[in-house]
Amino acid sequence: MCRGAPVIDLRQHNAAFCEEHFLRFCRSQVTKTIEKHQMFGPTDRILVAVSGGKDSLALWDMLDELGYTTEGLTIGLGIDNYSDQSTEMTRRFAAERGLALQVVDLAATYGFSVPDAAGRTGRVPCSACGLSKRHVFDQVAREGGFDVVVTGHNLDDEAAVLFGNVMRWQDDYLGRQRPVLAEGDGFPRKAKPLVRLTERETAAWCLLRGIDYVLDECPMADGNNHLAYKELLNTLEERTPGAKQDFYLGFLRQGLRHFEQGSDTARTDLRACEECGAPTSADRCSFCRLRERASTTSVTVELGSTKHPTGATS
Amino acid sequence: MKVTIRNPRRELEIEGPIRVRDLVSSLGFHRDAVLVIVDGRLVTDDTTITDDADVEIRRVISGGDV
Repeated sequence: MCRGAPVIDLRQHNAAFCEEHFLRFCRSQVTKTIEKHQMFGPTDRILVAVSGGKDSLALWDMLDELGYTTEGLTIGLGIDNYSDQSTEMTRRFAAERGLALQVVDLAATYGFSVPDAAGRTGRVPCSACGLSKRHVFDQVAREGGFDVVVTGHNLDDEAAVLFGNVMRWQDDYLGRQRPVLAEGDGFPRKAKPLVRLTERETAAWCLLRGIDYVLDECPMADGNNHLAYKELLNTLEERTPGAKQDFYLGFLRQGLRHFEQGSDTARTDLRACEECGAPTSADRCSFCRLRERASTTSVTVELGSTKHPTGATS
Repeated sequence: MKVTIRNPRRELEIEGPIRVRDLVSSLGFHRDAVLVIVDGRLVTDDTTITDDADVEIRRVISGGDV
């Protein structure tokens, strides 16, 4: 029996953990997820999408600690001080550990920031941000020859997205809500190794491992549905510990297969975007159309011009 | 005791001793939505906080369109 001082209670597991056993628990949950879903192997090159928040930094830390070959990618979104602080935190994390990091500044590379995109197109900021990030992750992974892109989506994220997809019965989204998406049609493989950990657990990981992360919430995310769904699910969790885990993991075990067939056929009409070459079902991809409307000046897209080795930029 | 709530930041003065679980619920937080740090150390729900402690309640919910 463990005699260490308890530091965290995880009611969904009906247990309190000392620091050592909690960290071991997190590692085992992530290892189990990677292996069960065959996300990647020990020789794969992994591109870690990093925001400077608790989830992506915890993920990068765990993968590095587990011995995987990783490189970070962070995107300057141009959201006032929040973006500057996020990039700085990420640079510091990478520099302290000697990890390679690419920084892509949206405004310098593509001629617009997330606030520009929201203001000039009327698009919801989180939607423009998500579209831009996915495009840059895909492009950097493709051009850099990475085997997989990993993101820090946690159990709360996935349960909230699942809740939203069920609320609107978006069967195409439900069919693609897997912890790993295979590469193909010009898209890199994508994986979410943290889907068995709650965001309370990833925050505790950072705290116990001495990782400084951005505590402030994105000022443009306030009031969105995703946060409202998380609140609702935490209300349910308060009454029924383990509800979020049962909902999401139960979907993977029993629900997902009922939606998968339709989602796979939806990607058969893809072709290369006329402008950037990214896979799209239209002549030009959603990102290039967003860029045209959001940017004020014409820019040349050369990712290499904003690619900094960690040591040179810190 | 001084209680600092982070993300967004605000400070409160609350009388102790009080159990972590009771402090969190009295402030209207879900237990799954916060970590409680007492004198720099992460603590569990049934910990009793003394009146001279320095307490941080760190909210952990985040996210836009993921």
